[in-house]
Amino acid sequence: MADGWLKLAGIENGGMLLQAGGSWDARNVTRLDGELRGLLPDFSEPLTFDLAQVKRLDTAGAWLLYRTLKDLRERGLQADYAGVTVEHAAMLETVAANDQPCEIEPPQSSSFIAILDHLGGGVLDVLEEAKQQVAFLGLILTTLAGTFRHPSRLRLVPLVYHMEKVGLNALPIVGLISFLIGVVLAYQGATQLQRFGAEIFVVNLIAVSVLREIAILLTAIVVAGRSGSAFTAEIGSMVVNEEVDAMRTLGLNPIEVLVLPRVLALVITLPLLAFFADMCGLFGGMLMCWGALEISPGLYLERLQGAVSPWSFWVGMIKAPVFAFLIAMVGCLEGLRVTRSAESVGQQTTRSVVTGIFLVIVVDAMFSIFFAAVGV
Amino acid sequence: MSLGGPIIRIQGLKNQFGDQVIHEDLDLEVQAGEILGVVGGSGTGKSVLLRTITGLNKPRAGRIEVFDHDLAQVTPDERIALEQRWGVLFQDGALFSSLTVAQNIEVPMKEHLDMPTHLRDEIAALKISMVGLPPEAGSKYPSELSGGMRKRAGLARSLALDPDLIFLDEPTAGLDPVGAANFDQLVKQLQKNLGLTVFMVTHDLDSLHAICDRIAVLAEKRVLVVGPMADMLRHGHPWLREYFHGPRARAAQPNLDEVIE
Repeated sequence: MADGWLKLAGIENGGMLLQAGGSWDARNVTRLDGELRGLLPDFSEPLTFDLAQVKRLDTAGAWLLYRTLKDLRERGLQADYAGVTVEHAAMLETVAANDQPCEIEPPQSSSFIAILDHLGGGVLDVLEEAKQQVAFLGLILTTLAGTFRHPSRLRLVPLVYHMEKVGLNALPIVGLISFLIGVVLAYQGATQLQRFGAEIFVVNLIAVSVLREIAILLTAIVVAGRSGSAFTAEIGSMVVNEEVDAMRTLGLNPIEVLVLPRVLALVITLPLLAFFADMCGLFGGMLMCWGALEISPGLYLERLQGAVSPWSFWVGMIKAPVFAFLIAMVGCLEGLRVTRSAESVGQQTTRSVVTGIFLVIVVDAMFSIFFAAVGV
Repeated sequence: MSLGGPIIRIQGLKNQFGDQVIHEDLDLEVQAGEILGVVGGSGTGKSVLLRTITGLNKPRAGRIEVFDHDLAQVTPDERIALEQRWGVLFQDGALFSSLTVAQNIEVPMKEHLDMPTHLRDEIAALKISMVGLPPEAGSKYPSELSGGMRKRAGLARSLALDPDLIFLDEPTAGLDPVGAANFDQLVKQLQKNLGLTVFMVTHDLDSLHAICDRIAVLAEKRVLVVGPMADMLRHGHPWLREYFHGPRARAAQPNLDEVIE
């Protein structure tokens, strides 16, 4: 197809004659637009566009002609087409009928106002979310209380299913991470303590840090990433699919059907996972002590008994169900807050993991203060 | 563009997913400048056919020619050039959710044409008006639009590069009858004004009556018949009789039986 072209054919009947030809289509308009703009300022006489040699005219080309003519007329010049075929006339009419400029983007407010607006919106969002979390906590607890009065309403099959998914299936990853952390602690601790000739205290270091803090914290973070996100995505896609609304119309309580089994499953299994993580961490430390520091397993276990009181262990374990409840609650709440669009599932899932981990660490800090105050 | 020669030519097409054969030995020709409606029961592979022609689905066997190019043989560059000559409207518009309507329309122009911003903005505004959207719609995001408006915006995007051929996947599904009738008229009017060829998958008997020049019926894994509405009404195949003479068909064309008599 011939490229579009434009040429000044000269003066005719006291006016300028511009000949256009070839393809006036989307592929050529950029060049033609440039040429037209180059020519136009010179015009001061009546102008005629001769379109007789135009082979192809699409909306982009027609728009260009129409707009040029409009600009000229606005400047008070006479301008018109000539040699227009029926098809081209229809195209030019279509374009003329649809001359209706519009905004491309929503108007942007000034950047300072926008920053303030963003900041304020963010603060309100956090407050709103905190309020919803408290309300949801209450909802879960009242539903749980109802279930205690009528234990038959507890859904055992989903409970066991979720216990398997969030607990049993998480064993390898939780175990591996704790084992490696035990190894790292032993190694890093030993290099520092060697300077004082106190390598043997590395056992105390491992025992106290793994049992009190590291095992449970790592387990909670892994579970928030693994299961909290899964809760949000599962419930969220049910919301998108209107399954949750369907449940309500069928007289099922989504909190009872969807939320309680997940919360209970995590509250039951996270302490077990934490215990497993304790053991793996201590085992990793033991292997490292044996291999690198020549502390035999027998000696390691003996030092271990001296180093920790039962409370060191219980401090870790007490936190487990609390963390589990927080992670599951946030996961389910964010899932139910999904609006009916696919991208909102993704947003809420991210939010669920971030909020879950944030809450776990905040509450862990509060536990530390509490245990320091009561002296264990 | 006047009528003349097939713009799409399909021969011996076979599509299969797992053990399930969707199309077998399917032949179809789409003439330049016509509106072809493709109908068929659920699961007869109407949308699969559309996806196969547009290259989203690779057929097991058969030959598809669009604009006289065999799609299996084209080089990547030819393919890109071909894709600019057709536009596709997906069922819910498939607008990019992070862009406004006007920006959506500008996407193909930005990608394929070296156009200055002012010209692009003007042409986007032109397309928005052509599909019957109000100017305010240009700066809105897809989530702020109703289903019918999203379809119009999707149509505007498919028209961005002034294609010769557009594919519509159930354009009136999910619209209320008034909206659906308006959309039909819009397609008809654009087709007339822009000389488009339209390949339209539909379930909507009203659309078939109102705007389609020819109808292709998919059944028994192939195109059972192709022809104008009158041929469909006369055809003796049981599925066609049920489809075009069922209670909903009567509602779409109240004096249908008189037409035949």
